[in-house]
Amino acid sequence: MAKKLMKGSEAIGEAAIQAGCRFFFGYPITPQNEIPEYMSRRLPQEGGVFLQAESEVAAINMVYGAGGSGARVMTSSSSPGISLKQEGISYIACAEIPCLICNMMRVGPGLGGIQPAQGDYFQATKGGGHGDYHLVVLAPSTVQEAANMVMEGFDIADTYRIPVMLLGDGMIGQIMEPVEFADYKKRELPPKTWAATGWDDKTRERAVINSLYIEPEQMKVVSERLLKRYALIKERETQVELYNTEDADYIIAAYGTTARIAKSAINKARQMGIKVGLIRPKTVWPFPDEAFSKAADTAKAFITIEMSTGQMVEDVRLAVNGKKPVEFFGTLGGFVPSTEDILEQIIKLKEAHE
Amino acid sequence: MAKLTINEDACKGCSLCIQVCPKHILELNREKLNAKGYHPIGIINMDECIGCASCARMCPDVVFTVER
Amino acid sequence: MAVVFEKTKMLTDVPFHYCPGCTHGIAHRLVAEAVEELGMQDKAIGIAPVGCAVFAYNYFNCDMMEAAHGRAPAVATGIKRVHPDKLVFSYQGDGDLASIGTAEIVHAAARGEKVTTIFINNAIYGMTGGQMAPTSLEGQVTTTSPYGRKREHCGLPIRMSELIATLDGACYVERVSLHDVPNIIKAKNAIKKAMKYQMEGKGFTFIEVLSTCPTNWGKTPVEALKWLKENMIPYYPLGVVKEEV
Repeated sequence: MAKKLMKGSEAIGEAAIQAGCRFFFGYPITPQNEIPEYMSRRLPQEGGVFLQAESEVAAINMVYGAGGSGARVMTSSSSPGISLKQEGISYIACAEIPCLICNMMRVGPGLGGIQPAQGDYFQATKGGGHGDYHLVVLAPSTVQEAANMVMEGFDIADTYRIPVMLLGDGMIGQIMEPVEFADYKKRELPPKTWAATGWDDKTRERAVINSLYIEPEQMKVVSERLLKRYALIKERETQVELYNTEDADYIIAAYGTTARIAKSAINKARQMGIKVGLIRPKTVWPFPDEAFSKAADTAKAFITIEMSTGQMVEDVRLAVNGKKPVEFFGTLGGFVPSTEDILEQIIKLKEAHE
Repeated sequence: MAKLTINEDACKGCSLCIQVCPKHILELNREKLNAKGYHPIGIINMDECIGCASCARMCPDVVFTVER
Repeated sequence: MAVVFEKTKMLTDVPFHYCPGCTHGIAHRLVAEAVEELGMQDKAIGIAPVGCAVFAYNYFNCDMMEAAHGRAPAVATGIKRVHPDKLVFSYQGDGDLASIGTAEIVHAAARGEKVTTIFINNAIYGMTGGQMAPTSLEGQVTTTSPYGRKREHCGLPIRMSELIATLDGACYVERVSLHDVPNIIKAKNAIKKAMKYQMEGKGFTFIEVLSTCPTNWGKTPVEALKWLKENMIPYYPLGVVKEEV
């Protein structure tokens, strides 16, 4: 398939279809309506099902049912809608149901606004719903990467029986860029013998999709199983992009839209002779601790740049572990930082830690 | 001629079967405690059982098997 | 001699955890027998609720899912859309279905999801210890209506069958009761008919089952059946509410 100019949201939808997703359950919310709209057009053409649910709560539970009965399934929403889905996500995590959840973050808290933001980082990476669990959280910074991550995300979900979140911001959803879908190579995946599909195959156990373990001993077994799986995922699936970090005195930490703007600022700073680089977590969970810990041995100082009051910066500080100072710059209200904003921060960082 | 078999350990002694038995031949066995700690249901006179299965249909714990 | 009654193979060997005399056990058996008699054991997928029947996945001998509180109709929707050829049933109580899950049940019915919902109405929250349900009767004393349910304070109980029947997507709605043997036989026929209509693709099917909660009603199992008959049936009339197939 040739390169095609596509809006981020539509590329996400098409990528899901290319990856074999045939079921989508969602509820309208700005700024991600183009995803359900695209799926409502395309899925019937592919013999799939698009269903507009009565609420985000219902949508995520339809995902539970479809995923639990073996289908490759997704939902999408934006921040307030993702909050509503959290109960279901917690159940899905405990019941070990693979699925893809897309969050096109808008500014909050509350109804907030419809401009891009990165204020759901804590919610996405530290749980979100109740109980001890994690999602794999993929954070694209271009439309092409969003498409690739959707396709890979389904495979990660199926490999580990874990819900995967695509954490974009309004910008990724709305921007138009050339994209192609040629690169997707489906992983070898385990058969879904655990799924509740009707018990006609008596060689398998009766399927029970469940998140209730009333005996503490049983609950402990489940938690330990999840814990082991999370460790394996951290080992195998952590993804990070290093940009101009080899000789860098100063390191910017940023993900998603913020990271691509940071790259432009780094190019300008390099022309001014400032040795600055970027560490961009592509998986924000699992977080690429090692990349930061290693860079902390040689760099003089770090700055985390986010469209929030400061969330990922906590993970950066944990990874740097006091070896070097970690500053923070955030834009609020739904404003996106400009190249100049970031360049100014680079210069300030250099002056403070030279 | 009918035969009633009772899974005594599944019985919780709720007595719903007693009041639907048209022959009044069911009674809790006060001499006995089952594994759950209940007095299980017992049959006073099997000869009178007509195999209507009313007890089985009323029983919430599927205690009875009925043959006729 | 021939066997005229034995435990259906659609129930597992796990003994019910329900209190003595609780009619959940009867309702489970009827659902299981209906599935077996329709020859659908290998094609059934059931959904357990949150409430006393939360462990239903241990009892029905078919593939099962446990749903979040009130969300069983959404889970059923997800399953049925993936497996249109399977028999999908949800089993929900009155707190689950008529309170926290009203949006899900109303919209599943409105869409005409080809699933069967068994709605256990015992006019109280059982699992949590006898709190007022949306279906508790006027004047009924519960742990959260210690002076009796008052209309001026929290309205009157919801008649879910009548509400669901107003929706075009619902093709068959019937209210049955488990207070005596003839009604138990009727209840099973209704459940079986609902499942049959589901498999024929007729639409959403809904069977409301009037049930007892001796423990939280503070009555013996036998007294509870009498209370159901004398108090619930006048407010929740039995019979077919809608059958348009």
